[in-house]
Amino acid sequence: MTSLTAAFRCIVARDITLALRRRADVLTTLFFFVIVVSLFPLGVGPEMATLRIIAPGVVWVAALLASMLALERMFYSDYRDGTLEQMLLTPQPLPVLVLGKVFAHWLVSGLPLVLIAPLLGVQYDLPPEGLMVLALSLLVGTPVLSLIGAIGAALTLGVRGGGVLVSLLVLPLYIPVLIFGAGAVDASMSGLGAQAHLSLLGAFLLGALILAPWAASAALRISME
Amino acid sequence: MTRKINWFKYSSPQAFYPLAGKMIPWFTVAALLFTLPGLYFSFFVAPADYQQGEAYRIMFIHVPAAWMSMFIYMVMAGYAGMGLVLNSRLSSMMASALAPTGAMFTFLALWTGSLWGKPMWGAWWVWDARLTSELILLFLYIGFMSLSAAIDEPRRAARASAVLALVGVVNIPIIYFSVKWWNTLHQGSSITASKGLTMEASMFIAMILMAMAFWMYTIVVALMRVRCEILERERHAEWVAEVLRPSRAR
Repeated sequence: MTSLTAAFRCIVARDITLALRRRADVLTTLFFFVIVVSLFPLGVGPEMATLRIIAPGVVWVAALLASMLALERMFYSDYRDGTLEQMLLTPQPLPVLVLGKVFAHWLVSGLPLVLIAPLLGVQYDLPPEGLMVLALSLLVGTPVLSLIGAIGAALTLGVRGGGVLVSLLVLPLYIPVLIFGAGAVDASMSGLGAQAHLSLLGAFLLGALILAPWAASAALRISME
Repeated sequence: MTRKINWFKYSSPQAFYPLAGKMIPWFTVAALLFTLPGLYFSFFVAPADYQQGEAYRIMFIHVPAAWMSMFIYMVMAGYAGMGLVLNSRLSSMMASALAPTGAMFTFLALWTGSLWGKPMWGAWWVWDARLTSELILLFLYIGFMSLSAAIDEPRRAARASAVLALVGVVNIPIIYFSVKWWNTLHQGSSITASKGLTMEASMFIAMILMAMAFWMYTIVVALMRVRCEILERERHAEWVAEVLRPSRAR
């Protein structure tokens, strides 16, 4: 038991250290998110009433794209330098290690999006409770994106055209998260209360926590054969 | 003395190839036998709907196509899972042979649905739960096919796309129950075991005939495709050279 938690903590610490050594990569995802969200008012027009309606969807779609772009970093450098092969050979169960990698990946690519989203919401003139629900829905939803994305990243490891392919595999599976994530903000702004949507997002998170590490481990083993 | 049956005889591509070849004409005949009366029933026997008039007749294509789109995905995922667990080559070949037909039926269901939606709902497309989840199903089929096309090594391609197919199975109950879970525009099912038949018997017969016809068609096309797949993947085997020798070509 202790060796499991030790392995998990070790992987998380290692991946975060590595990510902090290459801070530019982390910031790229974040700025991509900010830029995509800022493009919409320029394209749609600056009317506040329209912007308030489209804000949840825009922020969520941008978060989807940003976390998809970050997927390539999840396993690729470990795959290239052989670390991943060593991980497959360790006595600790692979799903635990994968969970550690996904968690670390979410900390550096998902959490920043959650933290900056309220600021972007202000640009779209969202009311305070809308901002809070937006951040909350992203807090529950972005880990699901990282977990599902891990499966796609593992499947396309070392495949030619992997970057484009991963979007084709992962985006359809992201759609339920998008629907309920953006739906939570919409529901709270229309006075219905976001609880139902947030509960469903939480259910997705629990389901993904249980199933995704196993599927991603199976995919990693297939990719490393 | 009891003779032992070898259950796995036809799981070898070499044994299955001629068997598939023998099965194709039979299922072709069956497909024709279901299609012709099915079309006759749907166009001439089934009465016009009291609300929707004649336009509802596209349902005889739409509903069976939607059934098949989900059913084929389940069968495909079943074969893919079998290939993953039992490591049988033929299972993964069957999975990749079924995928294009499944994608075709999904597209057909969406297309005929939109043709029906224009006069009935006044829009080609609405973002209703069932339409959206059927669209996701189309994306899943496309993802499955493009992943197995992107990996050159056939064994790895089969196993990787099998994992993807199994992950995508989550979507099937969502499509199936979407009209029950969410109160959206798409109507509920007219055929349920609990409520019995809520439509004219001839309509029901036409729909079942068309569903059987689509089913038989799927078997024929999948068998044809799996024969090509077998030849392609086993092209280095001696028996393939034997089969393809010009003297034996028909």
